[in-house]
Amino acid sequence: MRINKHPILGKLDRKEICITYNGSDYQAYEGETIAAALLANHIRVLRYSEKGKKPRGIYCGIGHCYECRVTVDDERSVRACVTVVQDKMKIRSQGMYANEI
Amino acid sequence: MPMKYDLVIIGAGPAGMGAAIIAASHGASVALVDENPVPGGKLRGQVYKEPKANWWIGQEIARNMEKEIKQLGVTCFLEREVWAIYPKWKIMLNNGEQLESDYVVLATGAIEKPIPIPGWTTPGVMAIGAAQVMANIHRVKPGNRVAIIGIDALSLTIAYDLKMAGVDVVGIYLPPFNEFSLDKSNPLKMIAYLSSLSHLAPNPILKLLGKLGKQASVQKLGVNYYPPFGMRVWGIPLHLRKAVVQILGDELVEAIKVTTIDRSGELETKQEKRIPVDCVCISGGLYPLVELANVAGCAFVYVEDLGGHIPLYSDEMETTQSGIFVAGNSTGVEGAKVAMAQGELVGAIISNRLGLLKHGTELIKQAKEKVNVARKNAVIKFHPTIESGREKVLHLWNEKAVK
Ligand SMILES: Cc1cc2nc3c(=O)[nH]c(=O)nc-3n(C[C@H](O)[C@H](O)[C@H](O)COP(=O)(O)OP(=O)(O)OC[C@H]3O[C@@H](n4cnc5c(N)ncnc54)[C@H](O)[C@@H]3O)c2cc1C
Ligand code: FES
Repeated sequence: MRINKHPILGKLDRKEICITYNGSDYQAYEGETIAAALLANHIRVLRYSEKGKKPRGIYCGIGHCYECRVTVDDERSVRACVTVVQDKMKIRSQGMYANEI
Repeated sequence: MPMKYDLVIIGAGPAGMGAAIIAASHGASVALVDENPVPGGKLRGQVYKEPKANWWIGQEIARNMEKEIKQLGVTCFLEREVWAIYPKWKIMLNNGEQLESDYVVLATGAIEKPIPIPGWTTPGVMAIGAAQVMANIHRVKPGNRVAIIGIDALSLTIAYDLKMAGVDVVGIYLPPFNEFSLDKSNPLKMIAYLSSLSHLAPNPILKLLGKLGKQASVQKLGVNYYPPFGMRVWGIPLHLRKAVVQILGDELVEAIKVTTIDRSGELETKQEKRIPVDCVCISGGLYPLVELANVAGCAFVYVEDLGGHIPLYSDEMETTQSGIFVAGNSTGVEGAKVAMAQGELVGAIISNRLGLLKHGTELIKQAKEKVNVARKNAVIKFHPTIESGREKVLHLWNEKAVK
C-alpha cells in the first residue's frame, strides 16, 4: 500500500522502525501515525464497537471522530490517526472481548 | 502555575502559524498550541497545481513556516488539546498545563460533515480528508480500488491526488438522498455547483458547463443528457446520474451498490449494480470548528455562505468577547492562502494592540488588502458566494454594535 514513487512528491525515503499490533510485528516508518503504519500493512480493523461488536477503522483521519481508538502500551483509547508510532510500540485493538468496555 | 504570554494561539494551521509569525516578528511572546505532533494543520495534506503557476505542496510550505516559528522563538505546545478557556483568559490544556494571556486567537480550522450511508461504519470507508492525509502526508494508499461519494471542490482535488498516487479511482458518485446529504444528492443542484468548479476539472464538456451552466435551462438539459456512464475527468468517471445506496462487506469493504437516478432525481432500484472496491471515501463538505468560541462565550451567527455557525467577528477579527480573536477556517471555509493571510492580519492587529507597531494603521490596512487579494485569486472555492458571506458578517456586527 506504500506510495514509494510519486510524480510530484518524489521518492519515499524514511527510517524503518518496528511496531507490534495484537502480538505480531510490523514494519513502520518513523514519523507516521499508527493508522498509516497499520494501513500500509493492510490492517484496517482497529477495534470492535461496544454495542454489537462490529469492526471499526479510521473515519475522519484528523483526530475528530474517535473511531480509531486503540490501546497503546497499556493506555486505552489513544487515537491511531493522530498518534505517531515509536520503535517497539505495542498496539492492541479494543473491544475484542465480551466483558471489555 | 499558569504560563503567561502576550498572545496564545490555538491551532497551528496556516492561520495560526501566520498569526504567530507576524506577532513574534514584532516582538510579542507567543504560545502556539496544537493537538497534532507536527504544525501545519490541513495545509500538510494539500497538493495541487495552481493555474499558470507551480505546484502547491502544502508540506513544504508548512515546514518553512515551522522553521520561521522556531527562529522567532514562538513556544509550541504540540500534542496538547485545548479543552476550555476561562475569563480572562486562561487556556486549559488536556495534560494539565495552563496558559494565560490577554489575547487569544482561535485558529481551529474546519472539519468534514459526514454523510451516513448504509454500511458506512465498515473498515475501509473513510472521509475524503482521511484519504488525503494517507496519500499525501503518509504516502500510503487508502485503497487499491476506491469509490468516492460526494461531488465538491475537495473530492475532485483529492480524486486527482489519488490518481497521481497510482490508486484506481472507479468513480465519483452522488450520495443517496437523506437528511444529511440534501443538495449533494440532487443532480440539478450538483450541475449548478459543478459549473462553478469547472476550472478544476480539465474536461471540455465541464468547461462548457462552466460557461453556460449558470442558466437553469442549461442545467436541466445537462442533467437530462448527462451520459449514463459518467463524464471522465482525468480518466475518472464523474457520475451525476448514479448514487451509491449501500456499502457492502462485513469485516472490510468489498463493494458498493450503485443505483441509477432517473431524470427527476428518483432512484431506479431495478438498475442496481455491484462494483467491487476496497475503499470508499465520503465527501460531505466542510464546516468551521468553533466549539472553543462557544466555550469562551462568544456570540454566534449562522451564515450559509461561510459554512454554517461561526462566531460573530468585527472587521478586526475580534469576537464579542474582548481579547478573543478568530482567523482561518473557523471564521468560514476557504483555502489555505486566505487562512494564512487572515492569520497575518490578526497577528498585526494584536501586535498593534500590544503597542508594538509604529505604523500600525498602515500595516493593518495592507494586511486586510492581502486577505482580499488571496480571496479573489483563490483556486479552490468551497463556497462560491464567500464574499457575500463575509459582508453579511460585517453587517451583522455593525447591527449588533448599534444595539
Ligand atoms: C479534510 C480537509 C481537507 C482540506 N483540503 C484542502 C485542500 O486540498 N486545499 C485547500 O485549499 N483547502 C483545503 N482544506 C481547507 C483548509 O481548512 C484550509 O486550506 C486551511 O488549512 C485552513 O487553515 P486553518 O489554519 O484555518 O485551519 P487548519 O489547517 O485546519 O488548522 C487548525 C489546527 O487547529 C488544531 N486544533 C483544532 N482544535 C484544537 C484544540 N481544541 N486544541 C488544539 N489544537 C486544535 C488542529 O489540530 C489543526 O492543526 C481542507 C480542509 C479539511 C478539513
Ligand atoms: S479517525 Fe477520526 S479520530 Fe481518528
